[in-house]
Amino acid sequence: MYQLIVFLPLIGAILAGLLGTNAFRMMGKTIDAGHGHGAHGGGDHDDHGHDDDHAHHAYPTPWAAYLTSGLLVISAVLSWVAFWQFMHEGTPIKVEVLRWVSSGALNADWAFRIDTLTAVMLVVVNTVSSLVHIYSIGYMSHDPHQPRFFAYLSLFTFAMLMLVTSDNLLQMFFGWEGVGLASYLLIGFWYQKPSANAAAIKAFIVNRVGDFGFALGIFAVFVAFGSIELDTIFSQAGAQVGKTMQFLNWQVDALTLMCLLLFMGAMGKSAQFLLHTWLPDAMEGPTPVSALIHAATMVTAGVFLVARMSPLFELAPHAREVVIVVGAVTAFFAATVGLVQNDIKRVIAYSTCSQLGYMFVALGVGAYGVAIFHLFTHAFFKALLFLGSGSVIHAMSGEQDMRKMGGLAPHIRITWVLMLIGTLALTGFPYTAGYFSKDAVIESAFVSHAGAASFAFVLLIIAAFCTSFYSWRLAFMTFNGKPRASQEVMSHVHESPQVMLVPLYLLAIGALLAGIVFAPYFIGHDEVQFWASAIFRGAENKIVEEMHHVPAWVKWSPFVAMVLGFALAYQFYIRRPDLPGKLAEQHWPLYQFLLNKWYFDELYDFIFVNPAKWLGRFLWKRGDGWFIDGFGPDGVSARVVDVTQRVVRLQTGYLFHYAFAMLIGVAALVTWFMFGSVH
Amino acid sequence: MMSLLDHIQGAAALPEIFLAVAAMALLMFGVFRDKSADIVNIAAIIVLGITVALVLGGAGGRQEAFGGALVIDTFARFMKVLTLFGSAVAIVLSVNFMKAEKIERFEYPILILLATTGMMIMISANGLIALYMGLELQSLALYVVAAIDRDKAKSSEAGLKYFVLGALSSGMLLYGASLIYGFTGHVGFAEIAQSIKAGEPGLGLTFGLVFLIAGLAFKVSAVPFHMWTPDVYEGAPTPVAAFFAAAPKIAAMALFVRAMLAPFPSILPDWQQILVFISIASMLLGAFAAIGQTNIKRLLAYSSIGHMGYALIGLAAGSPEGVKSVVIYMTIYLIMTLGTFACVLAMRRKDGQVENIGDLAGLARTNGLHAFFLAVFMFSLAGIPPLAGFFAKYFIFMAAIKANMITLAVIGVLASVVGAVYYIRIIKLMYFDEPVERFEPMVTEVKAVAVLSGLFVIFFVLFPQPLSALAEAAAASLF
Repeated sequence: MYQLIVFLPLIGAILAGLLGTNAFRMMGKTIDAGHGHGAHGGGDHDDHGHDDDHAHHAYPTPWAAYLTSGLLVISAVLSWVAFWQFMHEGTPIKVEVLRWVSSGALNADWAFRIDTLTAVMLVVVNTVSSLVHIYSIGYMSHDPHQPRFFAYLSLFTFAMLMLVTSDNLLQMFFGWEGVGLASYLLIGFWYQKPSANAAAIKAFIVNRVGDFGFALGIFAVFVAFGSIELDTIFSQAGAQVGKTMQFLNWQVDALTLMCLLLFMGAMGKSAQFLLHTWLPDAMEGPTPVSALIHAATMVTAGVFLVARMSPLFELAPHAREVVIVVGAVTAFFAATVGLVQNDIKRVIAYSTCSQLGYMFVALGVGAYGVAIFHLFTHAFFKALLFLGSGSVIHAMSGEQDMRKMGGLAPHIRITWVLMLIGTLALTGFPYTAGYFSKDAVIESAFVSHAGAASFAFVLLIIAAFCTSFYSWRLAFMTFNGKPRASQEVMSHVHESPQVMLVPLYLLAIGALLAGIVFAPYFIGHDEVQFWASAIFRGAENKIVEEMHHVPAWVKWSPFVAMVLGFALAYQFYIRRPDLPGKLAEQHWPLYQFLLNKWYFDELYDFIFVNPAKWLGRFLWKRGDGWFIDGFGPDGVSARVVDVTQRVVRLQTGYLFHYAFAMLIGVAALVTWFMFGSVH
Repeated sequence: MMSLLDHIQGAAALPEIFLAVAAMALLMFGVFRDKSADIVNIAAIIVLGITVALVLGGAGGRQEAFGGALVIDTFARFMKVLTLFGSAVAIVLSVNFMKAEKIERFEYPILILLATTGMMIMISANGLIALYMGLELQSLALYVVAAIDRDKAKSSEAGLKYFVLGALSSGMLLYGASLIYGFTGHVGFAEIAQSIKAGEPGLGLTFGLVFLIAGLAFKVSAVPFHMWTPDVYEGAPTPVAAFFAAAPKIAAMALFVRAMLAPFPSILPDWQQILVFISIASMLLGAFAAIGQTNIKRLLAYSSIGHMGYALIGLAAGSPEGVKSVVIYMTIYLIMTLGTFACVLAMRRKDGQVENIGDLAGLARTNGLHAFFLAVFMFSLAGIPPLAGFFAKYFIFMAAIKANMITLAVIGVLASVVGAVYYIRIIKLMYFDEPVERFEPMVTEVKAVAVLSGLFVIFFVLFPQPLSALAEAAAASLF
């Protein structure tokens, strides 16, 4: 069964990727790049605003789309079966696939490690992925490159499954890089758009930074434990307490070092503060991709990694302090930036970034189950929000700027309701999914004894307020008020087809009910049984227990923050739409600071990108072009030609020259021989 | 007859005697009958075939003839078969060309038979007298062959140049031989070897050795005695150039090997340094000069100079492995060269033969098979794995490295890199340039030679063992 879950997406990817595109061509549809999205510069989804002769020219859905979607649905159903088993005392198992690497002390077999954590991730990944596949059948119906798109999606899913089922760090790294690759390919899916290519490269490079840390972390683990098998590492983790390790000439605590290096990888993949810059740009990809990869699954890989390595992190309290601080700062930072963004997808992207910060805070304080729970619920409502915004963009003929929307509610009523459900869940309205998980994060931060915990608690409350504000701002700007779009666009506005809405219904159900149904298992009284050996907590780590006994004001504070945020957004965007502009003018520097995302991109450009480009240009023009080519290949070939010309000139055609050469030759040989043999 | 042969101790030389007699008989036949070229051609090929059978059918082991003037051992047998094969193929390649150029003459196959007789004596030569005799018999025939297209100034010029320079080199060789005889008192290789071993080698012997080497180097066209090669290859008709590049090179190299290893094994370090110099100079000149050529025959002439340089590395190693590598190299070289010349012979348009490299442009699109096999030969000559030419060079370099001549091997490898330029340029022309006027279809026998040699070159990698074993046995018989 587990083999099926993991390999069905791969089979789909291979079939769709290798055969799909070919079969597509055989159907007689010549693929003209000019008809692709980017060539029109129309942003996300450009089919409506164009000349009518091909504006509604839908490409027939290729079999590849149905095939991959079908396989994913099977995978998803099986995942739920597996998850259901673990809800009722399933036992962790290991599924051997094949021997992979055996080199000296390094052994890494390809095996699936199936426990509760894996089961949760399987459900999240496969559910969202299958829904996104189905949604994409509708969303991508106007794209000539559908087989490629679905092949990438399935490839991503496979890599993600490899990551979450990994039994050793190498296998995890394989999945880790695999999702990175798929993410790169999908962000740059509309490769005709320069901005998409730039975003893809940015995502890839920023992730390299994190992956560098992750790789170092794996090396450090191998140095310390002599193995990268998770079982070995976990069973011997206790023996490493207090040991030190040489790193860059420092003697540092081994466990802290390993955890920090691994966390660096997690920071890259989960777009945490300092390494977050790629995530907003990644919205250049098609919206379903944003929903699947850059909201629900891949970006949570970092959270999964830390939870998976909980036996190490549990023993490295200093490292966990760092995790708390980074998580809290990210949650706060991203929420503040989200306040002023005008691109509908970017708002949700920063929201994702912020929510990931919440998860890391939970991890940092030792509430791994809470973090995973938030990951679980977040996947539903964030995918819902993204796909919903995709539906909005679809209706708006590819427009993403909220300043040009407004008043859409009457036209796309179903999407509106669904988006409201997502917003409620995100802001933590009582008894929606977010209410259980997000409040649990905040409460765990409050009860934690870690040094940075109270700092984190404050930032998280502020972030919750901001979250509520920007979420409602998004909803109001998009759906309420007067239409700000052109007449032509408004006349096109229409509800999405059922194939796109059905996945949204399912996600909406998840966003509403995932909390109340699963809270007892993830964080409630069944949690010890539920998690069993999947996550490890030290003897003194009773945070989940304590979490349920916080003062009432702590329980109420997120709710209050949410209500305040809602009220403020209502005031700004429904009652007094002129207020935001005035406020922005009054606090112009602050507004600019937030609008420009704390100037991180400019800072990085200045510190890293421009010097790197300069160095690259130097090495290219001077180093390679002038020095290596000049003295290397070009120089050598020029000298060869010189020699050739001289040698050819020797061959005069005159007999006496030839005879002379022979005599000279024999004379030279004799001379040499005489002196050679006399000595 | 047999008793007569026994009487003059010539039983072991039966193949040579048969070949010489058959050549003269065919000469008579040709003289007294009109339009006999076709028949003589076929007869000559049959004669060469029978000679091969006689060579292989003779008594095994080491035989001597004419009181030790000739020696027949495994090395000689192997090289003789190669030479006879090369001569036969050269005749095959010439038939159609000679007809088309209206220079078909029955003398041509007969001259080849006589030259081949000389080559066989060279290969078996076990003393200075036999050495000189074989060499001159071969050379005299070759001078005429080079000028066989006597109405063309270029062909006559080639013959004349070859003759004059050949005479000069013969003089040097003879001078060297007389010095060696004078300082050792012997003409037989074995006796010379004993004499050198017994006493201190004098300066006179050294002089003689240098001149001897100069004469032999001329025959294998090694630098600085190579100057005739490009002019003769270009001037002589293409089948003649094919013949020059093939059989005489084998024979001369065999003679070179025996004339160094049999009489002078004890002063190996002395002649080794000369060979090293000659070999390096040949490799470098072959590589550099060929780049500047526009005529494919001149290019192949420089290519053959370079290849002789590589083969001499094996000889310079002076070890059984070295000789083995020379034998392998010459075998593969022979087949590559014949195949290449078959492709060059197929460069024929309606208005005649063409020889410029530029005429090959776009050949892949006008005649794919032709281009493919020429490309295979070019890659093989350049030494690109997994083709046969790579293994030829591989064995040579391995032998050099085992003999601790690493510098030589490195220079050889570097020269082969430079050499690859002109081979690959031809491939580029054929495959990437715009086609020019197409060639006439390949003639059957030329195509057969090209395809068979091409297949050998391609599939040698799968069956290297037989050749390697034969070469090893041949080399062992010299030590």
